[in-house]
Amino acid sequence: MNGAIALRTILVKEIRRYLRIWIQTIVPPIITTALYFVIFGQLIGSQIGAIAGHSYMDYIVPGLILMAVITNAYGNVVSSFYGAKFSHYVEELLIAPIPNSLILLGYVAGGVARGLTVGAVVTVVAMFFTTLQVHNLAVVLSVVVLTSVLFSLGGFINAIYAKSFDDISIIPTFVLTPLTYLGGIFYSIDMLPPFWREVSLLNPILYMINAFRYGLLGVSDIPLTTAFGVTLLFIAALFAYALFLLQRGVGLKN
Amino acid sequence: MIPHALDISALRKTYRSGHEALKGIDLHVAQGDFFALLGPNGAGKSTTIGIITALVNKSSGTVQVFGHDIDRAPMAARRCIGLVPQEFNFNQFEPVIEIVVNQAGYYGVPKAQALQRAETYLKQLGLWDKRHTLARNLSGGMKRRLMIARALAHEPKLLILDEPTAGVDIELRRSMWRFLREVNEQGTTIILTTHYLEEAENLCRNVAIIDAGQIVAHTSIKTLLNQLNSETVVLDLKAPLTHAPHLDGYGSCLSDANTLEVEIPRAEGINRLFQLLSAQGIEVVSLRNKSNRLEELFLRLVENGGAGR
Repeated sequence: MNGAIALRTILVKEIRRYLRIWIQTIVPPIITTALYFVIFGQLIGSQIGAIAGHSYMDYIVPGLILMAVITNAYGNVVSSFYGAKFSHYVEELLIAPIPNSLILLGYVAGGVARGLTVGAVVTVVAMFFTTLQVHNLAVVLSVVVLTSVLFSLGGFINAIYAKSFDDISIIPTFVLTPLTYLGGIFYSIDMLPPFWREVSLLNPILYMINAFRYGLLGVSDIPLTTAFGVTLLFIAALFAYALFLLQRGVGLKN
Repeated sequence: MIPHALDISALRKTYRSGHEALKGIDLHVAQGDFFALLGPNGAGKSTTIGIITALVNKSSGTVQVFGHDIDRAPMAARRCIGLVPQEFNFNQFEPVIEIVVNQAGYYGVPKAQALQRAETYLKQLGLWDKRHTLARNLSGGMKRRLMIARALAHEPKLLILDEPTAGVDIELRRSMWRFLREVNEQGTTIILTTHYLEEAENLCRNVAIIDAGQIVAHTSIKTLLNQLNSETVVLDLKAPLTHAPHLDGYGSCLSDANTLEVEIPRAEGINRLFQLLSAQGIEVVSLRNKSNRLEELFLRLVENGGAGR
């Protein structure tokens, strides 16, 4: 009961935080994604033929929605938790009788909430450009939630190690963005030469984008079970690592 | 046997840098006490508080809060503690009421009850009118009071205040003293660290003085003050003097022509001093203590390295 109230408090606080600064959190992905739809979907996409039986616009919609989910889930947790650390109000949580697992779950839930909010808003934007079809709603929802969980955990670990605000932008800029762009948003990996196709398989984001594309369009470069398996494996590994860091008090306690 | 509010045994802390902040301290605070933890900067006060409140990992030793060991029953121990830290550590971009209600939520207090408590404490601390104000827009004194309201939101049995009146004006400080006395009278054990020794003397019943990671005194304020063998008083004189008068049994010196400092041994008292001054035709306009009595003892203990070393 106590734990449930504490968890709910963290989650509500996190949701209030990103809604309070909606111009910084909700509006930018709308603008960015709308630009992608206009430039890549309509202007360039009209010159490109169908991929896997779908127009180029339809083909890139799932990837663009998931890209917004990934960056926002990650960004929410890394900035919120690092902010709490930087201004020392993380101590409010550390002195309270909340198990570390609940602190982690609370922040991850906050990241998932923002991922879902932005995902929903971007989906509405996409509907202005194309008729959205849903092949399998359960797959769509589970992929969005699992992806948000995974990248929220990534953001949490980044925030734990971060010692300055520069440190919370390094991973998104130099790791997350390249992996997302190379994760098959704009192309099928079957279009790549064999070597680069194999290299692409090392990119975890590829699995999530393809699973999401399957949920919406019914096409995927990767078998669905493999995609879910890889995602769950990463979630388990990152959750265990984040919890270990919290237990040790890395970056938080003397 | 009723457990102490706080029981610390052989507590040690060595930081990674090799700095030994605590060298095996023992500290016991009875339930319901108003306890002062004093010491110069860097003595180990904040490290001790950090360990009690789970913000610092100890190297060795044991800490029990109301009988709950912080290693074996950390959640039960933490539930008993409310902390008012030295530095402002709340989200400056949150409204006052959210800060207090959220803190109660972290301790499992249901929302309706948390709102009720927030109203009670914010009203008592004169912040109710500011409840929707962002914390960053509060004055320094208001921020300090906000941290007290936040620490009380889950109604802790042990309230730890780390220099709660630092930088607060005298009027506000005295109103905070009144409030803290009331909290203590209602049964909350209070541990206070402060650099204002007048504050400790006024509020606290028992005291520990820590210096260089060791406890150099751990007793009641009364017993500690009884150790003071002499006090220095400052006398403002009606007529100027050219040299300090001979006052048998008292040490004296002139700090200026109209100001005489006299060291009064506890055994001598003050009546005979005035008889001696009157006999020499010296008229005294006013009298005051040169320094706070606890301050005088504190300096002696810290400067001499303390009896416990």
